Amino acid sequence: MSGLVAATATLELLQLEPPGWGAPLLQGLMASVLIALGAYGLGLLLGLIGAFAKLQGGPVARDLAAVYTTVVRAVPELVLILILFYAGTDAVNQLLLSFGYERIQISGVAAGIGVLGVVQGAYATEVLRGAIQAVPAGQIEAARAMGMPPGLIARRVTLPLMLPNALPGLGNLWLNATKDTALLAVVGFAELTQTTRQAAGATKAYFTFFMAAGALYLAISLLSGWGFALLERRARRGQPELRS
Amino acid sequence: MPAHSPDARSDTRPEAIRIGDLHKSFGSLEVLKGVSLTAREGDVVAIIGGSGSGKSTMLRCINFLETPSAGVIEIGGERVAMRPDGSPADRKQIERLRRSLGMVFQSFNLWSHRTVLENLIEVPVHVLGLPRAQAVAQAEALLARVGLSAKADTYPAYMSGGQQQRAAIARALCMSPRAMLFDEPTSALDPELVGEVLAVIRDLAAEGRTMILVTHEMKFAREVASHVIYLHNGRIEEEGPPEALFGAPQSDRLKQFLKSVG
Repeated sequence: MSGLVAATATLELLQLEPPGWGAPLLQGLMASVLIALGAYGLGLLLGLIGAFAKLQGGPVARDLAAVYTTVVRAVPELVLILILFYAGTDAVNQLLLSFGYERIQISGVAAGIGVLGVVQGAYATEVLRGAIQAVPAGQIEAARAMGMPPGLIARRVTLPLMLPNALPGLGNLWLNATKDTALLAVVGFAELTQTTRQAAGATKAYFTFFMAAGALYLAISLLSGWGFALLERRARRGQPELRS
Repeated sequence: MPAHSPDARSDTRPEAIRIGDLHKSFGSLEVLKGVSLTAREGDVVAIIGGSGSGKSTMLRCINFLETPSAGVIEIGGERVAMRPDGSPADRKQIERLRRSLGMVFQSFNLWSHRTVLENLIEVPVHVLGLPRAQAVAQAEALLARVGLSAKADTYPAYMSGGQQQRAAIARALCMSPRAMLFDEPTSALDPELVGEVLAVIRDLAAEGRTMILVTHEMKFAREVASHVIYLHNGRIEEEGPPEALFGAPQSDRLKQFLKSVG
């Protein structure tokens, strides 16, 4: 109860103008959303490549995809982020130096997108693989029988048909992506959680700031749920609804 | 109809489809043990036979939905380039030849995320490069022909099996194919819907369209076919004009088969 009283007393700390921390919090939110979007996009791309490699690739592609999904899904994300962030930055610089280029400072946003994207990609591979395998084989065969080239079949038949199967899983992945950005706080990146910690530490108004951060994460989640529901309705066109 | 028989030596109509000594194995199981067939333009070849006789496999080898193990396939006199193991050597050639063969499946296989009209214009617009308006006009004409004008904007899942199969036939016709391949087109239909699909196929046969038809409908095969092939255990057991095959079967196996299917 005293926390609640304290919280209402510190609400002005959320104002956009200093000494309010509203503006940094929103910047943190933007950074989180930006990284989540980038990581999700990269993850989808890696997932598509991984899924097609597993389903249609040669032995080498299949093995590579298997190693990728196994390793990335086995190691805790926090550990992966630490490994990829520090070792990854190091590796890039080693590579650059060996080719005679200057050492570079990798931006937090780029590293965050890269790291989370690789994690997302491993999960997306499995979501998409399952969804593609659930596409009725006859409809793909019809496309082949009509002389459609493989790329066109993937784009016009396989992908739209697998989408309704994939969207629930992809929706989960997107929510994970938004929340996984919080893990980047451990490497000192100023996303929403890290900014919240700073604000809370500076003002001692922990309850207020973490509640505010929670509300912002919840807002993202609610908006996303609504967006994915729209997408799924669109993807399911032509399919009668199942009622039980 | 001797003029329609592929056996007639004097026949000068161009060859639409020729299969020569075709073999197909799935692992150690040999499904086709050397079958041949020639369909000239205007021929209606019916392939009949029991379950597992290889008739669907034979049809599906024509457009390489199944890869033959050995043999020769020619479409319109053009030989399909095959590697020694029978796999197609030239993907572009296969794709081009497939566009000249309209395939109709047992389970219709319409694209469920597209309306009937979208199903019909998909390949003309995106593969053949036809202007959309022209593809739509052509599709509408074909839909009228199979009696589905009112269903143009319907999704396949909301239609009966018979309507879906008629739409699938119209979709195959949209490519203006040289020949049509029917793989048991009425086997998945409720009995009362078989007639409407057979009527469409009969109509196509009557306009002189080349077709190869795998079917269980013996009465229909007898009525529309110019040539009938009876397949048993991967070999052609007996073939000839329908009157001969159905009227006076020679082999015991065919006699037995015809008796068993009534």
